[in-house]
Amino acid sequence: MSFWNRHKIFEKNSIILIAGILAVIAIGGLVEITPLFYLKSTIEAVGGVRPYTPLELVGRNIYVREGCYLCHSQMIRPLRDEVERYGHYSLAAESMYDHPFQWGSKRTGPDLARVGGKYSDDWHVRHLIDPRAIVPQSVMPGYSSLASTELEVADIPAHLRTSRTVGVPYTDDQIANAKADLRAQLDPDSAEADAFQKRYPKALVRNFDGRAGNPTELDALVAYLQMLGTLVDFKLYDEKANLR
Amino acid sequence: MTNASATAKSMTIGEALLWPLFAGLAFLCLLGAANAHDTPFAFHAYLGCIASIMAVFAILSRYYDRPAELPPLEISGRPNYNMGPIKFASVAAMFWGIAGFTVGLLIASQLAWPALNFDLPWTTFGRLRPLHTSAVIFAFGGNVLIATSFYVVQKTCRARLAGDLAPWFVVLGYNFFILIAGTGYLLGVTQSKEYAEPEWYADLWLTVVWVTYLLVFLGTLFRRKEPHIFVANWFYLAFIVTIAVLHLGNNPAVPVSVFGSKSYIAWGGVQDAMFQWWYGHNAVGFFLTAGFLAIMYYFIPKRAERPIYSYRLSIIHFWALIFLYIWAGPHHLHYTALPDWAQTLGMTFSIMLWMPSWGGMINGLMTLSGAWDKLRTDPVLRMMVVSVAFYGMSTFEGPMMSIKVVNSLSHYTDWTIGHVHSGALGWVGFVSFGALYCLVPWLWNRKELYSTRLVNWHFWVSTVGIVLYISAMWVSGIMQGLMWRAYTSLGFLEYSFIESVEAMHPYYMIRAAGGALFLIGALIMAFNLWMTVNAGEAEQASGAGLLQPAE
Repeated sequence: MSFWNRHKIFEKNSIILIAGILAVIAIGGLVEITPLFYLKSTIEAVGGVRPYTPLELVGRNIYVREGCYLCHSQMIRPLRDEVERYGHYSLAAESMYDHPFQWGSKRTGPDLARVGGKYSDDWHVRHLIDPRAIVPQSVMPGYSSLASTELEVADIPAHLRTSRTVGVPYTDDQIANAKADLRAQLDPDSAEADAFQKRYPKALVRNFDGRAGNPTELDALVAYLQMLGTLVDFKLYDEKANLR
Repeated sequence: MTNASATAKSMTIGEALLWPLFAGLAFLCLLGAANAHDTPFAFHAYLGCIASIMAVFAILSRYYDRPAELPPLEISGRPNYNMGPIKFASVAAMFWGIAGFTVGLLIASQLAWPALNFDLPWTTFGRLRPLHTSAVIFAFGGNVLIATSFYVVQKTCRARLAGDLAPWFVVLGYNFFILIAGTGYLLGVTQSKEYAEPEWYADLWLTVVWVTYLLVFLGTLFRRKEPHIFVANWFYLAFIVTIAVLHLGNNPAVPVSVFGSKSYIAWGGVQDAMFQWWYGHNAVGFFLTAGFLAIMYYFIPKRAERPIYSYRLSIIHFWALIFLYIWAGPHHLHYTALPDWAQTLGMTFSIMLWMPSWGGMINGLMTLSGAWDKLRTDPVLRMMVVSVAFYGMSTFEGPMMSIKVVNSLSHYTDWTIGHVHSGALGWVGFVSFGALYCLVPWLWNRKELYSTRLVNWHFWVSTVGIVLYISAMWVSGIMQGLMWRAYTSLGFLEYSFIESVEAMHPYYMIRAAGGALFLIGALIMAFNLWMTVNAGEAEQASGAGLLQPAE
């Protein structure tokens, strides 16, 4: 029986054809995806990476909601020009608590993986409200409504709890204090600020939008942008130990 | 067989199950709307409630209006094809196509003239871009695929579509998914996974619809009168099955509340990235390629009245294509934090993928052997043949861009956008237009299209549009890549990022012009099809025999 005759079994049986399709498409996916869950070298050993503070997490959700990732990547490649333009190349460890990941696929605007600390809060506030007031050639949309939209804080513990369900190591303490922590991060003078900083090392505590009143979406988004790429201390990072 | 006149009218199992299910769903949606944590979720719950109530009424009134017997599978020995759902999907495809191209033109213009963002939350580029991609890929492309697959599977199996309500459920349910997804994007409901942005409840709904789609397709295959399954149906089957696998693999998420739209995806960081581009690239491979190759394998032989060039080549084409495609995802993640071994695998298989892609192209093009003269007289066939040529071009460009050195220049730039559009406008767009130009006269029993000259106009206007689009993106993409890596003689980066943004402006204008031409072409087509249905000459009854499939 020739090869072409043998193929008739697929042509004459829809169920066998489906089984064949499933077998053939399973191989590539299994080989490429499953090792990422058990190979230890997939995620570098590095200190400093922590889950997002409640305020940062809310800011990140706004970043996702507005589709920022469609124009801004968060993934610096190990190429000379990128490292000089944006900073140390991105590590897998730096996005290990990211659900979903925000690496992006297009740079209509610059990479944001290490934008934290590059500009002042005030710069971000003005730039988000009216980008062309700061950068005349920019093609970014303005997000003035962020400044006037107050944050919904009631369900923030549920957000942390759900994140924990999918693998982000939030502690009971962090979940229980989520609402207070969100406000504490915006007020360095508050009684809770110290406890908050113990729960989230290296977290920035200040009034990000520079305005009095309830926390706004602008506060949250700027808090998120200002921490991006700042958690790992690259003076301590051992590149050789993490060759993959 | 049975005594027809004596059977009392009774509900089919589908009717008896489905209307109470929809009634229950309407109640659940109402409950969801009442307890909703956020406005978009409440809005979607109300939409779900209204749609469910409409479904209940539609099922019941259809039951009261229909005769006791369901439509027969055959009428005097000839299959009694079910064309209603196909007609709906064809019209929906045209509608969504124009909507999707219009939004595309708008967001292309926003990049050239940012004032067009209007700085309102729901009109910014970030929210409209998923609306554009979903409207063209899933709404336009998806409806074309559903319409053609239901048509092709019936004709090539010489059997009526399986199910009574099921095909309607697939078509209407799918379009309801599009409605939820699209309105969600505008309201900021997204899980930010490219081409898989809809949130958990839309994903669940799509899963139900998609499983039904598979069952209808399979059920029709079971009814086939031919021993062999026609080659186009292999591709449709691979498309339906694999999209189901990809959808389930990429989308598992835990909602923050069952009464809220926000969820957190199960995968994180590097694994999420790998899952996303395994999905993302194979949405291209199985939705935009395998499905439309099925169209090529039926409509080109049919229109050219020539058999497929090589049956053996189609066997190799099929298995090699689906085996290799699934590996190609990591080429979207070159030089990222994805481990190198995965990147190398992705690149290797992407390069190999060139071969089956061109095998398929050759099979499509060579089908015209002995009928090349028809390209001069039949612009519909020309459109489909040019689409296969675009397929060949973009499946050469793709493997080239997956080479890591090339990718280090092209990634993150407009070159990728240009590449996608040479495939999307040239291949998917043109082969879909060709299929719709064939389908509409067949479905509405028209002798021919209202105007061949208008098809010609559509062809040329759109082709010029595509050429403007992709060449503008080639230039801007390569220029961006070169500007980002340019160094001065003193060893400093030569350009700031914003200088590269500024340099893009002329190309963004040309791109928008190209998009406008493509949209104009589609409007010409919509007019032509409208006139075909409403003013075309009816096909003579005796001529129906000529519409047998070409297998």
